[in-house]
Amino acid sequence: MKQMALALRVNGEEKPVLVSPSRTLLEVLREDLNLTGTKHGCELGECGACTVLVDGKPMLSCLLPAAQVEGAEITTIEALGGPSTPHPLQLEWARLGAAQCGYCTPGFVMSAKALLDSNPEPTREDIKAAIAGNLCRCTGYHKIVEAIENFARQRKADQAIDRSIDTTATAVRAVALEARG
Amino acid sequence: MAPKTGFAVIGGTETRVDGLEKVTGRTRFADDLSFPNMLYGRFLRSPHAHARIRKIDVSRAAAMPGVHCVLTGRDFPIPFGPLPISEDEYVLAFDKVTYVGEPVVAIAAIDEATADAACRAVVVDYEELDAYMTLEEALEQRGEPIHTEHRFGNIHKAVSLEFGDVAQGFAEAEYFREDVFFYQGNTHMPIEEHSCTGVPEGIDRVTLYSSTQNPHYGHRLIAKALQLPGSRVRVVATPAGGGFGGKCDTFSHEFAACRMALRTGRPVKFTLNREEVFYTHRGRHPVLMWSKIGFRRNGRITGMHFRSFLDGGAYGSLGVATTYYTGALQPCSYRIPYYKFEGTRLTTNKPVCGPKRGHGAPQPRAMIEVQMDKAAVDLGIDPAQLRLVNAIEPYSKTINHFRVTSCGLKECIEKVVEVSGFNDKWGRLPHGKGIGFAISAYLSGAGTTQYPSNGPHSEVVVKVGRFGEVQCLTGSTDIGQGSMTVHASIVAEVLGLHASDVMVINGDTATTPIDLGSYSSRVTFMSGNAALEAARRMRDQIAAVVAATFGIPADCTEFREHKVFNAVNPGQSMAWEDACALAESKLGALSSTGNYTPPDLDGPYKGGAVGPSPAYSYTALAVQVDVDPETGMIDVEKVWCAHDIGFPINQTLVIGQVEGGIYMGLSEALFEEMDYRKSRLEAPSMLDYKTITVNEMPEIETHLICTHDPEGPFGAKEVGQGPLLPAIPALLNAVYDAVGVRIDEVPCTPDKVLFAMERKADGRGGRIGPTAFPEHATTARAVRAPRPAEWENGNEGRMN
Ligand code: FES
Ligand code: FES
Repeated sequence: MKQMALALRVNGEEKPVLVSPSRTLLEVLREDLNLTGTKHGCELGECGACTVLVDGKPMLSCLLPAAQVEGAEITTIEALGGPSTPHPLQLEWARLGAAQCGYCTPGFVMSAKALLDSNPEPTREDIKAAIAGNLCRCTGYHKIVEAIENFARQRKADQAIDRSIDTTATAVRAVALEARG
Repeated sequence: MAPKTGFAVIGGTETRVDGLEKVTGRTRFADDLSFPNMLYGRFLRSPHAHARIRKIDVSRAAAMPGVHCVLTGRDFPIPFGPLPISEDEYVLAFDKVTYVGEPVVAIAAIDEATADAACRAVVVDYEELDAYMTLEEALEQRGEPIHTEHRFGNIHKAVSLEFGDVAQGFAEAEYFREDVFFYQGNTHMPIEEHSCTGVPEGIDRVTLYSSTQNPHYGHRLIAKALQLPGSRVRVVATPAGGGFGGKCDTFSHEFAACRMALRTGRPVKFTLNREEVFYTHRGRHPVLMWSKIGFRRNGRITGMHFRSFLDGGAYGSLGVATTYYTGALQPCSYRIPYYKFEGTRLTTNKPVCGPKRGHGAPQPRAMIEVQMDKAAVDLGIDPAQLRLVNAIEPYSKTINHFRVTSCGLKECIEKVVEVSGFNDKWGRLPHGKGIGFAISAYLSGAGTTQYPSNGPHSEVVVKVGRFGEVQCLTGSTDIGQGSMTVHASIVAEVLGLHASDVMVINGDTATTPIDLGSYSSRVTFMSGNAALEAARRMRDQIAAVVAATFGIPADCTEFREHKVFNAVNPGQSMAWEDACALAESKLGALSSTGNYTPPDLDGPYKGGAVGPSPAYSYTALAVQVDVDPETGMIDVEKVWCAHDIGFPINQTLVIGQVEGGIYMGLSEALFEEMDYRKSRLEAPSMLDYKTITVNEMPEIETHLICTHDPEGPFGAKEVGQGPLLPAIPALLNAVYDAVGVRIDEVPCTPDKVLFAMERKADGRGGRIGPTAFPEHATTARAVRAPRPAEWENGNEGRMN
């Protein structure tokens, strides 16, 4: 099949790839760019496990031809932080046990990130609406909602005393460590 | 957050040791692995439910560019099954296909698209046979049975057990209930689709990386089916993206990946798509049940006769065990003085049923808890009280000879009644609103291995290095339940460390010792005990060396806060790292082992090996619903649950299992079904197979009851499966309380509720459910077992 050259922008980096026109963003991320943090549970737009951000909007990468997102800013779970540098939302997610098997987690976290970036003080209903397209078979969803709520609350408290997101991270990390100790 | 009494780690809420990898997407699941020069495997699957294979022509496929290996049933002539008594399955259909979706040809090629194209180029000549799609059709068996080698045609397994003379129990009854109930089949639907890669190593070895719950059993079966010595096969369980029992069996893709890797000398990966996961199934059996219970006026049960027909799908899988489980645990929750159980599993032309969370117990539990609710109404006793009157007691023998040790059933019931306000609500809420109650019991690990073996069920190695680094090696797999954290916590507690100080290496048949697998809620209890023993032995080695330098006896040391203390003179201590370096300099490599073998608890009768467990968990649960009388829609408002956990190793993990189990139970109760149109699965997709989303999920209030099990590690018992069980009947009972109709069927969908309400309004009785039970004489040899001695002289099972 005819291959096409694409210049993708993933997590702030230019990523030239040579792919067939039918290749999905999910396949390109996982197989061509080895960014396996983005998962798949159906490749039919049914589970939300493949959610990534395209120009800040949550999108199902399994349904998106890669060619269609050339030029857009693509953000995957890898951009949020690693195990030693987690985003405070991820830290709270781990602390509450909102990831059990963790397979649905990257998709949920990206949906939540999109919500929190556009709506700093989401209500519980806002949160539910934002993650209603993500399926989780392990947790029963409560801890996931709670993690997002806790993060939003903590961030607001921090902003009230005019602190940056970095200090939020430190504060949440301290709470996590304390709970652990 | 009550527990954590006197422990540093155990009973706490420490973040799971693999938590940050998971939330950052760094956990490497099976399909995240890739290997140089890897090939991709795909299956050609059967389009027919039941057909003879006349001829398979793979010549065109094999000649296609990019195709490296083509296998058919002839390449795997040895039938297999997880249970040696039921080896009826082939890796690829041998001479017959028996369900739509059964793998027929396996092809490995340079990419999935090429392999798929090659599958389409295969020509199979089928001769279609009549398919058996229901229990009734399977029983009637008009044509050729699905397995001609089965002695009783489509009857795969039949069981008949009687404890005492149930007629005698019924003779003492003043009131009877006789009911029929149907529980539809459903599936695990883990979000991760099954995936594995077979990697050739050297000339005759293969390593399989797989999303399996049970690498040890896989190891055994792959060696067998490939006719290789066990020493040539290594199975590495990758972290499973959800299991729920669906990744317990060893599957065609795992065998095929290994064989193809050896054939081609290249790694071969199989990743199933979602539709294939539905065909791979091994989920909840559809079960049709009949039960008769005799009661005294005061509510006390005098006897029970329970019958089940299981619709097993095309092969045996673990279905023999499932059959027994539909009758095993009723006497484990209630004191039943006389009990008879008859179960029959049938083969049908559908994807294979097997173990799903609760394995054979949710169906009978749903039935008898609804039946207890009906009896309570008839007898004028409140439903919680009826359970209390009959509740099994701690330290007793059940009528089917199971040993019950710690048991907090009564405390669980009382707790849920109290916190839910059950007594003020039941029968008193406005029309449309209702509350339902149910209880359950479940095993903390099966007492018997799946194949005959006298070895330990769990083995653990603890290693300590010169710099104080600790490794815990276990064959158990983490399927999300948190077993790595459980092991780390146990070892850390004994050695005075944090759980995050312990590196857990798990699920690898080459580098970790044997554990039977993550099934039957066995890991915390069994592997946890092995870890405890290994950790204590490690502590004793280090203690001896440190105590010698302190000039005190070894048992006068204390391990806490990263130090070894002199208990005689607490001012004196040695840092953990220094203690490790010292011990290693004196003793050499520091390692210790721990093993766990459950006590022999088998009942003294054939079949007495299914159901015994070293400990049982208990759960009580209430569900409150709001039923819309116009649409029949059920809104679950709140769930209250009390679970006898023994003692929680980690509260966060335990609550997670409770909530996840209740979620799955409610989802089954409300929506989930494997529905067939003719011979085809109606909904092999996540969109059509409806499950609960965040929008339907009710609030859950959980209370942990600590009974400190005498044999569990730190008193712990299971939680992964128990809390699912009562959620289903509690919901059905709540619907009755809300709108006065009995849905004697799972799932309880709005159309059924509406229909039942219409019938009720017409005076035809407000019940939906099966009306008849097949009067088919059992093919089983009747086993009549004596009642345990503990039931003599009016003593109702209590052990001394
Ligand atoms: S993989 Fe994209 S929605 Fe399921
Ligand atoms: S944590 Fe397993 S599917 Fe969500």
